[in-house]
Amino acid sequence: MNRATIDLWVGIFVVIGIGALLFLALKVGNLATFSAGETYNVEARFVNIGGVKVRAPVKSAGVVVGRVADIRFDNETFEAIVSINLDSHYQFPRDSTAKVLTSGILGEQYIGLEAGGDGVMLKNRDRIRLTQSAVVLENLISQFLFNKAAEGKDEKK
Amino acid sequence: MPLTQILEHARGRLERLGNRVTSHVWRLGFASRFLFYMVVHSGTALRRFRLTVAEIYFAGVLSLIIIMVSGLFVGMVLALQGYETLQRFGASESLGVLVALSLVRELGPVVAGLLFASRAGSAITAEIGLMKATEQISAMEMMAVDPIARVVAPRFWGGVISMPLLAALFSALGIFGGYLVGVQLIGVDAGAFWSQMQAAVDLRNDILNGVIKSVVFGIAVTWIAVFEGYDAVPTAEGVSRATTRTVVTSSLAILALDFVLTALMFTGGNSA
Repeated sequence: MNRATIDLWVGIFVVIGIGALLFLALKVGNLATFSAGETYNVEARFVNIGGVKVRAPVKSAGVVVGRVADIRFDNETFEAIVSINLDSHYQFPRDSTAKVLTSGILGEQYIGLEAGGDGVMLKNRDRIRLTQSAVVLENLISQFLFNKAAEGKDEKK
Repeated sequence: MPLTQILEHARGRLERLGNRVTSHVWRLGFASRFLFYMVVHSGTALRRFRLTVAEIYFAGVLSLIIIMVSGLFVGMVLALQGYETLQRFGASESLGVLVALSLVRELGPVVAGLLFASRAGSAITAEIGLMKATEQISAMEMMAVDPIARVVAPRFWGGVISMPLLAALFSALGIFGGYLVGVQLIGVDAGAFWSQMQAAVDLRNDILNGVIKSVVFGIAVTWIAVFEGYDAVPTAEGVSRATTRTVVTSSLAILALDFVLTALMFTGGNSA
C-alpha cells in the first residue's frame, strides 16, 4: 500500500471520527437546544426547593429559558437561594413568579417562571420576589389526613 | 517431619511469594519508566508525523469495520432489550435516552476499548515482539537509531489518537442502530426519541466524560501493548505469550479503570 492511499484512508478515518463526535455533541447532546450563549443572572429564594438540582431547566410556558446555576442555603433566613441563568433573548417582568414544579408525576423537578404584569424587566443580579416552594408529598398527605380527622369530629357533634 | 524441614519448606514458599511480588513491582516500575521515556522521546513521532499516520492507519482505519459493525449491533440490541422493559412502565419514549446514555457513558468507550485491545493492541505487541525476536530492534540500536523513538512512540501515539475517534464512532453508530430498531422497526415516535435524548444527554457530564474515558483507555491499551511487545521474550513462544498478556491485561485494565473513572465522574453529587 503506498503513502497516498494510507494518507487518504487516515484522512477519511479522522473526518468520520470527528463527524461522529460532532453528531454526539449536536444531535445527541443538548448543545444545539440550549447553547451557552449570553445569559443574565437572577436570584430567587425558596422555603423548600424539593428535588431541584444545579443545571435543572428553568421553563416558562414549557419552553426552556434558562438553567439553575447555583443553589445555596441562607443560614439567616433558613431559605434556599437559587441562582438562575436566563437566556438574554428572553426578558421577564420584575414581578414574575418562580415556582418549583414537577414534569409529569414521576418526572424531574424544574423551575417554572410565570410572567407578571410589571413594565420593568428583570435585570442581571435582580431578585425574583414571588416564589412558590416545592410541594412536599408528606406535608400534603398529613394535611389531608388532618382535614379528614377534623371533618369526622364535626360530624360526630 | 522434623521442625527444621517444615521451617525450610515455609521459607521456600515465602521466598517464592516475595519473588513474585517484587518481580511484579519491578515490572510495573519498568513499564512506568518505559512510558516516561517514550513520551519524552516522542519528538520524532510528532515531527515525522508520517510515521504516526501509518500507525493510525494500522490501529484505527483497519479497526473501523469491526468497531462500526459491533456498535450498530450493540445499539440495536440495547433498543430491543430496553423497549421490552420500558414499555411495561409506559415509558417507551425514553428509549432514546436509555440507548444514548448507556452508549455514550459506558458501552462506547468500554466495548470499543476491548475491541481495540484485541484488534489493534495484540497486533502492536506481536509486531514489536517479532521485531525484537528477529533482532531488528538490536540492529537499529547498532545504527544509533533509538528504537523507542522510531518504532515504539509512533505506535503509541497512533493508538492514542485512534481510540477516541473509534469510541465516538461506536457510540454514534450504536445510537443509529438504536434509532433503526426503536423508531423504524418497533415504531417509537421519532420526535420523542431524539428530543428526549437531547434533553437528557449533557454535553459536559456525559459526552465529554465519555471522550475522556476513551482517551484514558486508549493510553492504557497502547501503553500495555507496546510495553508487552518491547518486553517480550524474543522467541516464538515469548511473542505469543506477550500477545495473550496484552489482551488479558488491557481488558482487565479497561474494566478496572472504567470503574474508577465512573466513580470519579458520575457520583459527584449533582451530576446524577
